[in-house]
Amino acid sequence: MKKTKFIWKRKDLLGIQDLSADEIVHILDTAAAFKQVGERNIKKVPSLRGKTLINLFIEPSTRTRTSFELAAIRLSADIVNITATASSLVKGETLKDTALNLQALHADIIVIRHGAAGAPHFLSRIVKASIINAGDGAHEHPTQALLDAFTIREKKGTIAGLNVTILGDILYSRVARSNIWLLTKLGANVTLAGPSTLVPRVFEQLGCRVTHDMEEAIRDADVINLLRIQHERQRKTMFPSIGEYTAMFGLNKERFARTKPDALIMHPGPINRGVEIDSDVADCGRSVILEQVTNGLAVRMAVLYLCAGGQPV
Amino acid sequence: MKPLLIQHGRVLDPANNGDEVRDLLIADGKIATGPAPGDADVLDAKGKHVVPGLIDLHVHLREPGRADKESITSGTLCAARGGFTSVVCMPNTSPPADNAGTIAYIKQRAAETGCVNVFPAGAITKELKGEELAPIGSLKRAGVVAITDDGNCVQNNDLMRRAVEYAKMFDLPVMDHCQDYHLAAEGMMNEGYWSVALGLRGWPAAAEDIIVARNILIAEMADWWVHCQHLSSARSVALVREAKKRGVKITAEACPHHFTLTEESCKTYDANFKMNPPLRTERDRAALLEGLADGTIDCIASDHAPHCNYEKEVEFDVAPFGIIGLETELALSLALVHKKVLTLRQLIEKFTVNPAKLLRLNKGTLSAGADADVTVIDLDREWTYDVTQSPSKSRNSPFHGWELKGKPVATIVAGKIVWQL
Repeated sequence: MKKTKFIWKRKDLLGIQDLSADEIVHILDTAAAFKQVGERNIKKVPSLRGKTLINLFIEPSTRTRTSFELAAIRLSADIVNITATASSLVKGETLKDTALNLQALHADIIVIRHGAAGAPHFLSRIVKASIINAGDGAHEHPTQALLDAFTIREKKGTIAGLNVTILGDILYSRVARSNIWLLTKLGANVTLAGPSTLVPRVFEQLGCRVTHDMEEAIRDADVINLLRIQHERQRKTMFPSIGEYTAMFGLNKERFARTKPDALIMHPGPINRGVEIDSDVADCGRSVILEQVTNGLAVRMAVLYLCAGGQPV
Repeated sequence: MKPLLIQHGRVLDPANNGDEVRDLLIADGKIATGPAPGDADVLDAKGKHVVPGLIDLHVHLREPGRADKESITSGTLCAARGGFTSVVCMPNTSPPADNAGTIAYIKQRAAETGCVNVFPAGAITKELKGEELAPIGSLKRAGVVAITDDGNCVQNNDLMRRAVEYAKMFDLPVMDHCQDYHLAAEGMMNEGYWSVALGLRGWPAAAEDIIVARNILIAEMADWWVHCQHLSSARSVALVREAKKRGVKITAEACPHHFTLTEESCKTYDANFKMNPPLRTERDRAALLEGLADGTIDCIASDHAPHCNYEKEVEFDVAPFGIIGLETELALSLALVHKKVLTLRQLIEKFTVNPAKLLRLNKGTLSAGADADVTVIDLDREWTYDVTQSPSKSRNSPFHGWELKGKPVATIVAGKIVWQL
């Protein structure tokens, strides 16, 4: 583990927007240490022994929930999963009451996934437990951006100065927002690309370049991060059809051939093969989609460890 | 009731061009002249301003139907504390005020339990659904002072045209909450940098502007009065300004929250900053101030919209729109006088003669013989708003804890002091 004098002070991880570049780097460095733990024969450390973590998922998720769950298990925390359909939320209980109940059960960490932007912030004002945002509406998905950055840094050695293109449904994407904040804080040049309805110019105010020209978007990119079209968040007026989207903005073989020879292909998943990404491109040697998943575990271990004030590894 | 003599106040009465330190006599519920009778009660207003009773033409009293949020009793107590002697209550009650019976009920409850004058507005359309006209003639007979589907907006332009044409026959102004449903969609806050940064659905200013433009064209076509409620956008102000120059029968109001706050307030996801129309940009806020100063915006209104704590203490997306505002309205508006955006006379006009004229109320003046509705204001009194002490049944104010300057010290309705500091 790289030794830094940096002292982590946050109990919550609500988003990337509030983090400093130093804090981001500290999480990535901590994650590097935990990645080594995952490669050992015995993958478990006692850092969060005796702590109780609740995965409060008020929106369907498999991979993020599993990743947090496994991260908590490897840190020796006790973990309970609550999903929307299983909880009393469907019976009309407010999020505040749910949170107070979890507090009454002495939860130490609450990992929340919620369809409403700001739900983790709301929760953090109500309960004493650490709140980790696992995705809130179209707002932020901080651990996804951290694992993306971890992967880029591991492959490219650095983030500063890289050209990163994020392609697809930016308007409704929390992954895009967290990535924009993180990458710009660490000095990357971020280009957003996709249909004008899903990539409005107002995103330039977040410090990005916006383009609707695929060739321009991919030509100089060192990293291409493809986002899934979010059917569930979209109004029907945003673009004509999935077919037209694929024709105009899908990363097919011809377009892939015109990318830089060392450009990384990333995707937060779940991927729609043949829609935003050609099936063979998704499986090619420059695709790091599965490494992102592996790194996600290390990043989430680091985040849980830091926010819960765990014992040193 | 004994006569009341308000002594030594600076009596500001825009309707009569009056502005002088003098005594004001009230007898038999009316403004009186001549020497004060020996048995008159005395209210010392030295160093204070004495103005016609303030009128708020846009409040939600939630009765009938949602007395857990507010009632005519609690809502009018807020009005009295805020210096308002008359309020116009919106028809989005349960059942909605789209029929003479509900209007009669509201008027009866107001007479029995309200401490200030309550003037009901009726619905434009049945159940405020925007599909069929409400019985506007019967509503007028039952005593409404205007019609509006407030909270909703009539989307069908032909239906809106007919409503305005029909209301003209009864001398009823038509008030409109300007919101194009498709453009605003499920918008939670102003569309722009902050909605993008916060990941909240945007409610673009154009969704208001397009309906303001529609209302101007319909007012022109029908040659009748349409009042645009709670303007929030710069373009809407410009549209109304231009239409007024052409002599179109159009009026407008603005709310203190829109000319005091901006969209950036939403960044904590506190639902007390969630309102409809939403808080907008600094540019919009500046345009509202200009519109108030040059007379484009005729009235100031609170859009007092009480909601229970448990309804507001939720995710931003889930919370209902609106805030309570009657108690903070005058002080937030007086801030414009202290900052020299408006003269005091201009401000008082927007709370008195202008709404009275718009609604054809025999109010808003201190002429001899007029109803003795009077507000006494201490312009310089500094105070802190504590929403926990509000007579409202709700607590949804973004101004809790704000340090304010200027406060009503007495509110007099028909010669009776209904609230005094």
